[in-house]
Amino acid sequence: MWDYLKLVLLGLVAVFAAVAANYARDVAYMVHALIIMAVAAGMFVWVLRRTDEYELPKERSLSYMDDVIRAGVIATAFWGVVGFLVGVYIAFQLAFPVLNLEWAQPYANFGRLRPLHTSAVIFAFGGNALLCTSFYVVQRTSAVRLWGGNLAWFVFWGYQLFIVLAATGYLLGGTQSKEYAEPEWYVDLWLTIVWVAYLTVYLGTILNRKEKHIYVANWFFLSFIVTVAMLHVVNNLAVPVSIFGSRSVQVFAGVQDAMTQWWYGHNAVGFFLTAGFLGMMYYFIPKQAERPVYSYKLSIIHFWALIFLYIWAGPHHLHYTALPDWASTLGMVFSVILWMPSWGGMINGLMTLSGAWDKLRTDPIIRMMVVSLGFYGMSTFEGPMMSIRAVNALSHYTDWTIGHVHSGALGWNGMITFGCLYFLTPRLWQRQGLYSLSLVNWHFWLATIGIVLYAASMWVTGIMEGLMWREVDAQGFLVNSFADTVAAKFPMYVVRALGGVLYLTGAIIMCYNLWMTVRAAPAKDAAAPAMAPAE
Amino acid sequence: MSSDDKKSELGHGTTGHSWDGIEEWNNPLPRWWLWTFYVTIIWGVLFTIAYPAWPLISSATGGFLSYSTRANVDAEIAAVAERNAPLNERLVAIDLTTIRDDAELHGYAVNKGAAVFRANCSQCHGAGAAGVQASGYPSLLDDAWLWGGEIDQIAYTIRHGIRNEQDPDAHWSEMPAYGDIFTDEEISQVVHYALSLSDSPEHDPALASAGEQLWFDNCAACHGDEGMGMADLGAPNLTDAIWLYGGSLETVTETVTHSRFGIMPAWGLRLTDAEVAATAAYVHQLGGGQ
Repeated sequence: MWDYLKLVLLGLVAVFAAVAANYARDVAYMVHALIIMAVAAGMFVWVLRRTDEYELPKERSLSYMDDVIRAGVIATAFWGVVGFLVGVYIAFQLAFPVLNLEWAQPYANFGRLRPLHTSAVIFAFGGNALLCTSFYVVQRTSAVRLWGGNLAWFVFWGYQLFIVLAATGYLLGGTQSKEYAEPEWYVDLWLTIVWVAYLTVYLGTILNRKEKHIYVANWFFLSFIVTVAMLHVVNNLAVPVSIFGSRSVQVFAGVQDAMTQWWYGHNAVGFFLTAGFLGMMYYFIPKQAERPVYSYKLSIIHFWALIFLYIWAGPHHLHYTALPDWASTLGMVFSVILWMPSWGGMINGLMTLSGAWDKLRTDPIIRMMVVSLGFYGMSTFEGPMMSIRAVNALSHYTDWTIGHVHSGALGWNGMITFGCLYFLTPRLWQRQGLYSLSLVNWHFWLATIGIVLYAASMWVTGIMEGLMWREVDAQGFLVNSFADTVAAKFPMYVVRALGGVLYLTGAIIMCYNLWMTVRAAPAKDAAAPAMAPAE
Repeated sequence: MSSDDKKSELGHGTTGHSWDGIEEWNNPLPRWWLWTFYVTIIWGVLFTIAYPAWPLISSATGGFLSYSTRANVDAEIAAVAERNAPLNERLVAIDLTTIRDDAELHGYAVNKGAAVFRANCSQCHGAGAAGVQASGYPSLLDDAWLWGGEIDQIAYTIRHGIRNEQDPDAHWSEMPAYGDIFTDEEISQVVHYALSLSDSPEHDPALASAGEQLWFDNCAACHGDEGMGMADLGAPNLTDAIWLYGGSLETVTETVTHSRFGIMPAWGLRLTDAEVAATAAYVHQLGGGQ
């Protein structure tokens, strides 16, 4: 019965997508309708061929659902390399504008590739990392299989479809021009459906758990899933111009729109890139270090303080704009108070290693995780500092901001994800260990030096640019033209791009290492991991 | 729930739970962390009392420091305007052709004009005023002037612009597109004649002499019999090596065939009189002023 329903639904979607492609008002919409038509038609055939087939009885329900996590690990590594590659290319475009190739206009100009880069690293690389680690962690710490059967697969593939629609949309000019929320209305609707399924799988698993208490990592993951759903829906409220076109009109306008956007934008950082990744940290660091978490009390206090305070901090993106002063003050004050709650996660992670510091010397994966916490601590100090109005007056609109987000993204999100991938791959594919620890070491050093080059060059050029912009002579006249500041940044842009090359090289080495681990590392004797007994 | 069979380095046990083998120490909050957190909270409360912060029904608390970003920037701008007011008044009143005699005012005007130029003019004419070669954005450093290089002529051009719809006093002239008038052969002849005026190595003397009559009948009215141009009409001098859109056979042919229609905005609609005068003084002293 369920199969027949699915067939009807997929058939209708395919037919409607074909009609929509015919009536499409713009090229992005047409290509998206064709993609959706192809996916729906392909799934129609796939479901049809399996309908009324005899199915083996489901014995697997006694083990963890790991195949979707394996797919997530592959997707994370793949999108990571794609995102880093686009990042390196646009970094070179900034240094050498001729790379906005004439023949590839308008698809490959900086303006379209930049959102492709940010979405690829945040939502494709980071999002897949969060999906697969959260599914891994929630099963292990609840001691049950994922709830909802194939719904987890729907979440995974639905999310990949979202990524493909978003990325192709940017290249074809389909964007609503809101940072980190560029996809147009139908892509937003699709993500909402996928996200609700994600929440359902996650909550179902937690409600099903055999452990009495919910582990701290799951608090963080859950707060991330719930808050991102809220942020996504409110910031993307829009009225489509036509059901056959990608354009839409935002519900909010003017400074309200700006405030909603940065309420969203900052909490995308706060809940996607901070709370979610702290969930990863709280499972994988104690596991890899084989030590208890440093302080249960600290985890409770910093969790609640973090999620309460973060949601207020958005206005610091709009200092000295049309935003009223009171909102700007509140954004700044909450950002500064957020400093210690953010650091609570770093302390809990770093101090978990107490008694096991020697592992830093011998275990490059632990070293990666520790460096990620270091960058986390650095950027969560830098963030509150930059939110102070007087500092922001210098830093805003400069490359300092770019340096700040990259020390967070490359250092914290990237490094902790690499550590998790190195942790997961041998376990998910039942290998005795990684193919090569010395390649992990290479990755570690390339990535670390890459981040240092990146962040340092952006600090230098950002502060230089800010000082040049505000430089006035004795009579109050501006000393530099904008073009002067662009020309002055050139050497630092080259250094930044080289830092990106190092980081990308490290990630490619990781992919090779993970591939060889699956292909060549000796297998573990034990069968598929049985569920841990509840304690 | 505390389990005492093992102790952390601080002497505390675990909470007694274990998830997939992960346990948690019952360690207290680090003191320095807690106190720093308290200090930031206290600072935050004080800060919101001092500055505009808490929203009310239709306004917000103003803070006892009466801080306002808008009032601050207004005050800064007003202070600079007040300080420079006497100089600006003199700048508006003076006959620009005599500004060089007043060293103080001229120095001020050049500084001010340079700032205006960086913010408004450099996008087309370049930060160094060298223009963009062969792209229709003239260099302001040389002594070739389409609409005149005297300081008051420059001021007029800045104020009213060229061929724009916004200012009825804008400079205006329009070269015909000879592609609609001449045959291809005639265009080729007249182009070679035009190139011969600057002794371009690309010109063919036979074609050029065939184009001479066409030149006098059609081009000389604006560009002059000798091809020296005419500032009142914005007609460029064709005898020098300076070309607004490029001096190759190919680009000159394109110019003659399709004509050109370069536009400059009327800055008088956006800048103050003092700013226009200052920008003229700045451009005039760049090297090419007449």
